[in-house]
Amino acid sequence: MFTLTPEEQAAVELSIRVSLWATVTSLPPGLVVAMLLSRGKFWGKSILNGIVFLPLVLPPVVTGYILLLLFGRRGPLGAFLADNFGIVFAFRWTGAALACAVMGFPLLVRALQLSIDAIDRGLEDAAGTLGANSVWIFVTVTLPLILPGIIAGTILSFARAMGEFGATITFVSNIPGETQTLPSAIYTFTQVPGGDVAAFRLTAIAIVVSMSALLTSEAIGYLVGRRLGVEG
Amino acid sequence: MIQVDVQHRLGSFDLKAQFVSEGRVTALFGRSGSGKTSLVNIIGGLIRPDHAYISLDGDVIVDTKHKVFVPKHRRRVGYVFQEGRLFPHLTVRQNLLYGWWFTPAAKRLGQFPQIIELLGIGHLLDRHPRSLSGGEKQRVAIGRALLATPRLLLMDEPLASLDEARKAEILPYLERLYDETKVPIVYVSHSVPEVARLASTIVVMTDGRVVATGPTADIMARLDLIPFTNLVEAGAVLEAEILEHDEKFGLTVLRLCGGRLWVPRLNGQIPGTKVRVHIRARDVMISTRRPEGLSALNVLRGVVAELGPQCGPILDVRLDCGGQAILARLTRRSVETLGLSQGKPVYAVIKTVGFDRQTLGSAFRQANGADTTAIPI
Repeated sequence: MFTLTPEEQAAVELSIRVSLWATVTSLPPGLVVAMLLSRGKFWGKSILNGIVFLPLVLPPVVTGYILLLLFGRRGPLGAFLADNFGIVFAFRWTGAALACAVMGFPLLVRALQLSIDAIDRGLEDAAGTLGANSVWIFVTVTLPLILPGIIAGTILSFARAMGEFGATITFVSNIPGETQTLPSAIYTFTQVPGGDVAAFRLTAIAIVVSMSALLTSEAIGYLVGRRLGVEG
Repeated sequence: MIQVDVQHRLGSFDLKAQFVSEGRVTALFGRSGSGKTSLVNIIGGLIRPDHAYISLDGDVIVDTKHKVFVPKHRRRVGYVFQEGRLFPHLTVRQNLLYGWWFTPAAKRLGQFPQIIELLGIGHLLDRHPRSLSGGEKQRVAIGRALLATPRLLLMDEPLASLDEARKAEILPYLERLYDETKVPIVYVSHSVPEVARLASTIVVMTDGRVVATGPTADIMARLDLIPFTNLVEAGAVLEAEILEHDEKFGLTVLRLCGGRLWVPRLNGQIPGTKVRVHIRARDVMISTRRPEGLSALNVLRGVVAELGPQCGPILDVRLDCGGQAILARLTRRSVETLGLSQGKPVYAVIKTVGFDRQTLGSAFRQANGADTTAIPI
């Protein structure tokens, strides 16, 4: 009952790999965008805000289709990246990671933005009067203080990636071993006769992975909070 | 020497202030909302002023006319904030060393142990800021600012958020600060007792303007400035010398104004030490004849030097007692009954118990700004 077939195992491994990549690569741009939205005063801020949060409100299929138009082999960005850097997204696991990153981005940015807003700017001023320039202030004061937000945002984004289905299947289809993530595999098994047991096994795995992620984030959040002296 | 000339608009508030101070502890003094904090924020580089010229010992840090604006991290101006602003994610030791780390090795004063000792924070080094009391936090904040080797230390009401007991705990450290580090201080406060004890020069501010600048004793003796500072706590600041301790009654005798002043026992001070005394105008009575059969121990001779402006039923009087000024607060009725006028010889009566820890300083410097050769304990 609990031995996985190679196909199922591939789906689990792929899902974890895709989610990790999606989370890790979206963190740096997420920080930049969150800082801009939280602190920046510039023309077009509300437009940037809209673009970032659009995947949260659009049907995932629409997001996936837009990604296909932009990053497909003949899409403007897809063709550019393939010709100049040899990076191909369409129908590859990297495309799945991109879809997951885009879908998780609003959650990540929101969590970061909230923790940046909550920082006492006075502490950054204090660091400045002690001789730190803006880069050092960010590294030694801002970043450690938003660590709880970074952890929360990362876990949210990872969990979102583990569950992402609509945008992924629209953008990179459902190719076993390449783009068939856990949700796609479960969907596939429910569509074939006798696939119930496999679907159930994968469902159990999805629950375990997601639950572990949440518990880990709770634990890290508690430890960091205790260190900062901000937890209840 | 610090030279400041600032013009800045903050919403509807207009700050137009200028002062020059050679003083080692310059107090920016005035009521809440007089623009003191904005002014130190401009000196510290936290606010970019519309128009300003600021220099420290001839080194220009802001000159808007010539587009000079040294950013705060290169000013080497220390800042002790009202709320301390210690970094919550760092230990006390890491907080203290934060600015030290950014100071080029050649410029460091090499005095970590001295500063720890000066502020009495050696036992706190491995703790986190959240576990410190308000007073401990402020001492660590002062240490952190000093260890960045500042050319000037700004202190924005560092005692305002503390209760009386914590204030009394920190004041002695603040008094020793300049004498032991030689870092000039700009101290923002609206508290007369604090300023009377700590400042060598006072800059009086009101509504974003500087109304007077001068040595502490001179400013505190000016009747016309009382409305801008604090009506309740107004009073002269004088230099006195400890003559002896009266162990039997727990008193200390000071030489002052050519007479003697009995005050509650000053612990830890040996005879010969110069101390600063703040005599609140409301604690002084005036008699035209030498009073007898009076419980008050202190009777000083003097002449009426100036009658202040009327303020309701009250009138402040400045007396000249052996060359030093004492302020007395009387009712207009008393002034008329006694027939007080300029040049009239009188006796000032001061209650000994009117002095408390707030009004008696152990400052080793004179109120008129000159250094003394007093022996620190």
